[in-house]
Amino acid sequence: MSNVFIAFQANEDSRPIVDSILADNPEAEAVYSPGLVKIDSPNRLVVNRETIEEEIGRDFDLQEIHLNLVTLSGHIDEDDDQLTLSWEH
Amino acid sequence: MDAQVKKKKLGLKPRYQAMTRGLDWQTSYQDMDKVFPYDKYEGIKIHDWDKWEDPFRLTMDAYWKYQGEKEKKLYAVIDAFAQNSGQLGISDARYVNALKLFIQGVSPLEYCAHRGFAHAGRHFTGVGARVASQMQSIDELRHYQTQAHTISNYNKYFNGMHKSNHWFDRVWYLSVPKSFFEDAMTGGPFEFLIAVSFSFEYVLTNLLFVPFMSGAAHNGDMSTVTFGFSAQSDESRHMTLGIECIKFILEQDPANVAIVQRWIDKWFWRGYRLLSIVAMMQDYMLPKRVMSWKEAWEMYAESNGGALFKDLARYGIRPPKGWEDACEGKDHISHQAWNTFYNYNAAAPFHTWTPNAEEMEWLTEKYPDTFAKYYKPRFEYYGEQHKQGKRFYNTTLPMLCQTCQIPMVFHEPGDPGSICYRETDHQDVKYHFCSDHCKEIFTNEPEKYVQAWLPVHQIYQGNCFPEGTDPTVEGFDPLAAVLDYYEIEVGKDNFDFADSEDRKNFREWKGGVEEEVSP
Repeated sequence: MSNVFIAFQANEDSRPIVDSILADNPEAEAVYSPGLVKIDSPNRLVVNRETIEEEIGRDFDLQEIHLNLVTLSGHIDEDDDQLTLSWEH
Repeated sequence: MDAQVKKKKLGLKPRYQAMTRGLDWQTSYQDMDKVFPYDKYEGIKIHDWDKWEDPFRLTMDAYWKYQGEKEKKLYAVIDAFAQNSGQLGISDARYVNALKLFIQGVSPLEYCAHRGFAHAGRHFTGVGARVASQMQSIDELRHYQTQAHTISNYNKYFNGMHKSNHWFDRVWYLSVPKSFFEDAMTGGPFEFLIAVSFSFEYVLTNLLFVPFMSGAAHNGDMSTVTFGFSAQSDESRHMTLGIECIKFILEQDPANVAIVQRWIDKWFWRGYRLLSIVAMMQDYMLPKRVMSWKEAWEMYAESNGGALFKDLARYGIRPPKGWEDACEGKDHISHQAWNTFYNYNAAAPFHTWTPNAEEMEWLTEKYPDTFAKYYKPRFEYYGEQHKQGKRFYNTTLPMLCQTCQIPMVFHEPGDPGSICYRETDHQDVKYHFCSDHCKEIFTNEPEKYVQAWLPVHQIYQGNCFPEGTDPTVEGFDPLAAVLDYYEIEVGKDNFDFADSEDRKNFREWKGGVEEEVSP
């Protein structure tokens, strides 16, 4: 089993996204370094639009995450409701 | 009352289909192979381009919208930084030398990538790949421009940035990044994708943009952090393209596997050698450090790259041939690179220095097996010599590797006490290499690499003096003539930081506060 990760600029736009990811992925862990927050998760990580919308109290287009996304790893699958990162082995 | 009826928009997947399919046509007046001359000769077989899918499903309309927002955010920061004299808030003036290397050696690669993707996008026959290449081509142009705009504020106050484009085509160490990208751009479109999108963007680019930009944040350089992370937000899309393109190519035909494997072997090693400069920036050039090169290598290359190659094993792909040597090198290359630039600082338009006592301690702690034993004594000796007014500048020219063009400074794997040399003969001429892997890259394509423009050879052949120079006159100083040709301002752009105008100016601007530098 390998980790996937996703990292964002550490700012106020990213905070609710990071909180939502941590809420939806109980095994995920956030690591902070200057200007940056990186979330590691074993094998798989899901970003749900609905959780983010509840967090911020408005409609959210998942592609908005591109504004503050720094890097990621794993295979990506995205539709209107969720973005998934995973390794297939 | 009339309720406003929201027009139903297409979902992400159907929208991507609508915006990326059926946009091409089969030519009829001209043969398709004549219009697209490069998409077959590399031997890659594609049976169904429709299988190509961008996992983010980004379409051009959404692309412009989000890129526009990114630009607004970035330029607000750049303006604020300049208005508020942000350059005075950096940790100390040594830090700026990392930015000099960036504008000299990294930003021009963004421009090369812009050209490379425009070319690749033109020559693929599949529309999904063409749209993705088009976006990336525009991204890379944006990166070059935003970097030039951000760093231009520093250029008003510091030396070593004023001729960066001129230097890129001439100065000895800049032939390393230049030849790397020109090698990629002169491959076919599929090799270019494996070289840049996969081997560089996916496997290695995190090492450049993530810990280094975090380092910029730590050193008070708000504008660089912002361009860095703004570029990196595109980069995650590029990485996605990298992993998508490799899966796509491997799934199209089993005969593609062997071709792709050889490209991975080649481009992993080319990229790794190129990053020696980043290793040194991270360990030596950031006055406040976030993590060592070794730690970054372990996090982004070993652990993440390890996961990637485990995943690709199902296609019959193995880790690149140079993988183990690269991992062994993590304890050494930053020190070897910094030592080299310290030696040749008379001919390099940025400053070097010996680490101060606290930095020596940090390096010793981060490199417990190597730093104190192999590298610290050298820097201590240099420091002593400098204190006595004998700052060491090496004035003989080094032998270069025919492939990566880096001076032969790397150790024999497993034996840090000796330098690694390899050679081979091709059509009765001897060629030299820094490693088994650079040698193998050459022997696979000697016709390409015999043409390398090696700066040291060119200097010795007299091709790097200003026009009209007569090297036969008495008292001719070849180094001075080369620096003149480079358009380096001697005494301002080059030499040790301790003796520099940058240091003197910064101290005055800060009201006489002395930074901790050695000696």
